[in-house]
Amino acid sequence: MRVNIEINGERHTADDVWPGESLLYVLRERLGLPGSKNACEQGECGSCTVYLDDTPVCACLVAAGQAEGRSVRTVEGLGTEDELDPVQEAFVRTGAVQCGFCTPGLIVAAHELVHRSPDATDAEIREALAGNLCRCTGYEKILDAVRLAAKGVQR
Amino acid sequence: MSAPTRQGGLTSTGTGGVGDSPQRPDANLKVRGEFAYSSDLWHEDMLWGATLRSPHPHARIRGLDTSAALAVPGVYAVLTHEDVPGENIYGLEHPDQPVLAADVVRYQGEPIAIVAADHPETARRAAARVRVDYEVLDPVTDAAAALRADAPVLHPHNPGGNLVRHARIRHGSGPLTADVVVTGEYTVGMQDQAFLGPESGMAVPAEDGGLDLYIATQWLHADRRQIARALGMDEEKVRLHLAGVGGAFGAREDLSMQVHACLLALRTGKPVKIVYGREESFFGHVHRHPAVLRYEHGATRDGDLVYVRASMILDGGAYASTTAAVTGNAATLGAGPYQAPTVEIDCYGVYTNNPPCGAMRGFGAVQACFAYESQMDKLAQALGMSPVDVRVRNAVEQGSVMPTGQVVDSAAPVGELLALVRDRPLPPERGATFDLRELPGGVSNTTHGEGVVRGVGYGVGIKNVAFSEGFDDYSTARVRLEVTGGEPVVSVHTAAAEVGQGLVTLKAQIARTELGVARVVILPSDTAVGSAGSSSASRQSYVTGGAVRAACERVRADVLALAGGAAAGLAGGKVVDGAGVVLADLVEVLGEAVVEHTVEWRHRPTEALDPVTGQGFAHVQYAFAAHRAVVDVDVELGLVRVVELACAQDVGRAMNPDAVVGQIQGGSAQGLGLAVMEEIQVVGGVVRNPSFTDYLIPTVLDMPPMPIDVLERADPHAPYGLRGVGEPPTLSSTPAIVAAIRAATGKALTRVPVRPEHIVGD
Ligand code: FES
Ligand code: FES
Repeated sequence: MRVNIEINGERHTADDVWPGESLLYVLRERLGLPGSKNACEQGECGSCTVYLDDTPVCACLVAAGQAEGRSVRTVEGLGTEDELDPVQEAFVRTGAVQCGFCTPGLIVAAHELVHRSPDATDAEIREALAGNLCRCTGYEKILDAVRLAAKGVQR
Repeated sequence: MSAPTRQGGLTSTGTGGVGDSPQRPDANLKVRGEFAYSSDLWHEDMLWGATLRSPHPHARIRGLDTSAALAVPGVYAVLTHEDVPGENIYGLEHPDQPVLAADVVRYQGEPIAIVAADHPETARRAAARVRVDYEVLDPVTDAAAALRADAPVLHPHNPGGNLVRHARIRHGSGPLTADVVVTGEYTVGMQDQAFLGPESGMAVPAEDGGLDLYIATQWLHADRRQIARALGMDEEKVRLHLAGVGGAFGAREDLSMQVHACLLALRTGKPVKIVYGREESFFGHVHRHPAVLRYEHGATRDGDLVYVRASMILDGGAYASTTAAVTGNAATLGAGPYQAPTVEIDCYGVYTNNPPCGAMRGFGAVQACFAYESQMDKLAQALGMSPVDVRVRNAVEQGSVMPTGQVVDSAAPVGELLALVRDRPLPPERGATFDLRELPGGVSNTTHGEGVVRGVGYGVGIKNVAFSEGFDDYSTARVRLEVTGGEPVVSVHTAAAEVGQGLVTLKAQIARTELGVARVVILPSDTAVGSAGSSSASRQSYVTGGAVRAACERVRADVLALAGGAAAGLAGGKVVDGAGVVLADLVEVLGEAVVEHTVEWRHRPTEALDPVTGQGFAHVQYAFAAHRAVVDVDVELGLVRVVELACAQDVGRAMNPDAVVGQIQGGSAQGLGLAVMEEIQVVGGVVRNPSFTDYLIPTVLDMPPMPIDVLERADPHAPYGLRGVGEPPTLSSTPAIVAAIRAATGKALTRVPVRPEHIVGD
């Protein structure tokens, strides 16, 4: 089947999509956007988090066909050529990135959180990011990153 | 054939040298989603590989029929053991594992056939159509039973039967009696490394009949040796390139899909990509050895250890992997960071039909640490002493003699680390108003504080750094200095695997410190340069760091010779004299010259253990960390919330202070996982929970604040005085948390992970 999706502001078309393919597979393997990650493909880790319209979703749990005609924003679409998005910048500055495999999904989830709720408490940040696993950092520096990014948004 | 899209070199600019915390050179790419991990590789002509695995933990293969799989449209190749051109056997230390099973399968998930197809789903479906005629055999699932004379022998060629290694330590000749004696039997469940980036890579056939493999691994050259042997090919024709690695923690030290992708690429003449899903990943790599450990500690009434006896059985599963080395570690470090005049330890690494076990962060020292620290708490209780006091009283220090007879010949501030975590202010008690999320059970709303008891516990551990027991442990670095674009530029080329730990940052810091240059290019790691050894055993800062520094020193000597006169050093892009006065611009001194050196660098040699007494200078360096855990336990429901997990660690020299803290926090988190949640549940040799739905790793809700104290007591034998950082925090975190749960509940808790039923049961 053919799937048309607006991704990061551009129209994309994927042909010969097998109906069982996820949005994540189509992004990564058909449209050249491997930034969203594939740590579990079971909906458990959040590494594949993207915006579908304005809602963060696990792209591995969305069938490609469900994204037909809708708009998707991935980690590749947050910053510009020259500049990182402030959330990306905060992850770099706080040392929240080790292997980085969790990072794209966490950045999208954190991006949504700090825009929805820039004055989130620590407990609220933890709850909002509870669906995003990281195996490397123990989350301390990720929390630092989100606090820093939230401060930026508040300003 | 062209290379797939992949990660190129990384450029690091600025001023960050050794002791600073410059930004990772790969951080921008990683936050943008542009860093090319091994599962991101793409080639327009590529095929996808899939693996058929045994559903049985033990079976004879009576027949194999691939015809139905080959008939699936879109399938290019279906291969079995008959298609392995070289030796159908591999292994890190002991080659004992078939690339594809021939006549017998020894664990659930053992690969039997591989398929290449034009779509991953086609490949998976075709693999499922390979017909295998199994004669199912009884699995050997109990490690102790596997050692009995009547147990079926799983590897007929192994001289020890089902015994992979017995490591034996006999130290001191004092009496095995004491005024105060505590005994215990402890069990450690099977932990998974659970890196997030799945096993994956791409093999690309080359015109010379060889191939290029783009792969996430911990040790390119060890992979290459094993792959070449299985392919029956010269090593030079097997070129490995490190693709982006999404975490490792030991699970990438053994081969997974490497040979399979190469076989399929050579057969089809096309690039072949294999990416495991999460379920397959649980079968695709080794795990932490489950262990049963029996301990006896004897002490005087004043609390001085008189003797330690221990007997441990590590379940190595179906294939040896690194079981022998893990067994050696558990034995040599089995008494912990304590001085005891007399020590008797026997540690057995065993074959069974359970999932193969090998390297995981902590490597044998983790299992022992849970047991000996539980014992120290028991001893403290028997003596009426505080848990910290009994530890400090017996702690090793510089000059102490280990049970192997090895003298601890650099700093060992065990008592100081314990005091640091003990003396931290405790986190405040829960107030009258509180957030549900602060309680065990969280927003499940299982309690409003009733039945919740707080507990505090301590743990300290000892880990060896780098490879031990006489292994020829080295790394290779090529460093080049030249003028590019009017600026002096250093390039650093090693084969060392960046797995997330930050080695790329560190290599640039070292080059900057040694050569006084702002711009450093970290070339991609590959087998075009000599081996760097494994990214494991907390060793790369030490060994590859040492190699990079040594190569820089040679380059610097050449540049100073070029400059002549009073030239004595390089700083800020200038050649300076002994007093730091600028003599010349480095750009001018270099001109058109390219100064390059390749150095193979070794740490001081270690020795094999005496097979009877276990005596010998086995470890090049020891490293120590201590934890204090504070927990809240719902004693009625058995739910635990870790409130705070403080750690103090001696790192010798904090080469990159931010990265050091990141390692300590990440390692502590994995120890928390082992303490309260992480276990691969194996029943009758069958894994019951191969998913992130059922194998739980800590989320941000499970992790508490982790305040860290970093000590820097230089080790004069090590480059810059540094001490390996990655593993020690994984050791002591687990026993500290369990001790805190014991303090809250009064339960014995001799098994990790602690489950609710252990807390609420009798
Ligand atoms: S890959 Fe989608 S949740 Fe893990
Ligand atoms: S940085 Fe490796 S999983 Fe988060």
